[in-house]
Parts: sequence; structure tokens; C-alpha cells
Amino acid sequence: MNTDIMDLVEKTSIKAEPPQFEVGDTVDVHNKILEGNKERIQVFSGVVIAKSGRGSREMFTVRRIVAGEGVERKFPVHSPRIAKIDVKRSSVVRRAKLYFLRERVGKAVRLKERRTS
Amino acid sequence: MSRGILGRKVGMTQVYREDGTAVPVTVIEAGPCSVLAVREADRDGYEAVQLGFLDKPRRLASRAQRGQVAKIESKRSKSRAAAGVASVAKPDCEPKRFVREFRGAAGLEVGAEVKVDIFTGGGRVDVTGTSKGRGFSGVIKRHGFAGQRATHGVKKVHRHTGGTGCSASPSRTVAGLKMAGQYGNTKTTVRNLEVVRVDSENNLLLVRGAVPGPIGGYVCVRETNMLR
Repeated sequence: MNTDIMDLVEKTSIKAEPPQFEVGDTVDVHNKILEGNKERIQVFSGVVIAKSGRGSREMFTVRRIVAGEGVERKFPVHSPRIAKIDVKRSSVVRRAKLYFLRERVGKAVRLKERRTS
Repeated sequence: MSRGILGRKVGMTQVYREDGTAVPVTVIEAGPCSVLAVREADRDGYEAVQLGFLDKPRRLASRAQRGQVAKIESKRSKSRAAAGVASVAKPDCEPKRFVREFRGAAGLEVGAEVKVDIFTGGGRVDVTGTSKGRGFSGVIKRHGFAGQRATHGVKKVHRHTGGTGCSASPSRTVAGLKMAGQYGNTKTTVRNLEVVRVDSENNLLLVRGAVPGPIGGYVCVRETNMLR
């Protein structure tokens, strides 16, 4: 009964169409940022290496390499500031958390592409 | 009466504001509550409103609890009415599980219903509940002591308090020193919590931040008494 009430509350903060993406996908995250009083969209693209939480608290971690340095950012899935999440490429992954990518550099970071018919 | 209602803690989550900020909230299932009794200065010496929350099966309620809520057409009540004794107002509802009084006059009648809409329009509230019991706890958990060193000759007293008194003067331990003991399971109030949302359709109240007690624990929600 308690979980029903919690679902009811969380539903109000969940996007009507939750963005569809998986761990291992290469995504473009369109992030609204406020500069002064102008709103601008910043794109962060990289590989989704983890998803955590559920309901309105769901988060995902995106990793990319910037100037030879690994950069990770964690975003809330249902935040109104996340305008859009574009899936560019999907890969074959065998685990839910791709933390092993942190130890890899260069060619070893590549993931095998998953093709869906 | 400062506005008040009884409720039950449902759990914590986060909701987003329109500007995209995430707000940590506690969901409280608040009301509807029945007014079981009204205390008056003339009769009782103080003014208060007694609220009851959640029905209790009559078979579990005591005779006194059943008698408080129900209209009784007994021989005795008839004879008392005939003798001109004023009868006490009855709320005519089921016995309640959680009954508390809120001080102050409210202009409410016995039998009236208090719903969560009283908090519509935001504002700030104080929430009183029974904190989670932690049993007999040491000073580190109970009072936030730092404990002693892990090494450098400390022998089996790593989580102990240090000395508890001085030397020859006063040659005793002063009263009221913080020591290990029962921690939690006490009446606890968190003050000045922001009301984030009122859902009168589902009788839900969302307040920013944490509230004492376990999930399912009963809480009293009152308009805050903090000065602004």
C-alpha cells in the first residue's frame, strides 16, 4: 500500500515519455543550462556506463574522453533540465555497470556495436 | 488552534520543481481526521481540539473508546437526559487508532472533519513523531563523540568515552554527563519544514526534508511555531 502511494507521488515527477536508452549506448544528452536569464542547450555525448535508482530518482552516468582525459557526468533521467537524450549507437554489453571502461585507454575502450533489425 | 493534522509517514523520494531543481521530500498520508472532542477553557481549563486518525476495528477498541465516538441510546443516557443532564457531544464515527490533541481554540465542532487542505498554499510546518529506536547505544552513535585512537597503545577502548571526572576536586562525576544509554524511540519534533505540495485528492502532504520515525509511523503535523 505504501509503495502504491509512493508510485502515485513519483508519477508526477516522471516524464510522460521516459527516454529509451540502455547501458552501453552512445548518447547525446541535451542539457538545458541557464546563462544569466537566457536558456541554452549544452550537449554532452558519451557512453552510458551505468544507470542507478528507480522511479523519479533514476540517474545515469555518461563517460567520454575529453583531451585524453576521461570525464564522467551523472544526470537525472526525469529532470526537466534534460531536454532530450539521443541514442547514436548501441553496443553489445554483458553487464549492467561498465566501470571496467575506466581502466581502459585507446582502442580498448571500443564496444562492439549492437544491431537491431 | 494553529492548524494541525495527524498522519502517517509513507516514505521519502524526490520531486522536481518547474525550474528543474530536485527537492527531497517526505510523503505523509495526512488525514482525514475526525474531531473527537473539543476542550473548552470553562470546562476543561484549557482550549484544544482532539483529533483521531485511521479507523480502529471496534473489537480492538476499548469500551471507553467505543463510548467516546458512538451515539449510545442506552437506558442510562435516556434517564440522564430525562433528569436534565446535558449529554456530551459525540462525533458519531469509528474508534480511531491515533488520537492527539492540538492546543488552542479552532472553532471546530465535535464530529467535524479535518483534511489536508488546511495546508493548501504552502507555508511551513512542524512535524512530531517517535524517532526510530536504536536501543542501548554507545557515546559515538548517541552523542557523536570521536572515540579514541585506533593505535598508539589504546587498549580495547576505541569506542569508549574518555575520562568522566576530574581528580581530587570535585572527586566525583558531575551529573548529566553524556554517556551510553537508550537512544531513539523518543518524541521528536522537526521544525520549520517547507510544505512542497498538498494533494487533497489522495490526502497526501509533501514536506521538504526528513521526518522522525520509521515508514508507517504516526506523526502530528502542525503549523510551525518558529518566528519568521
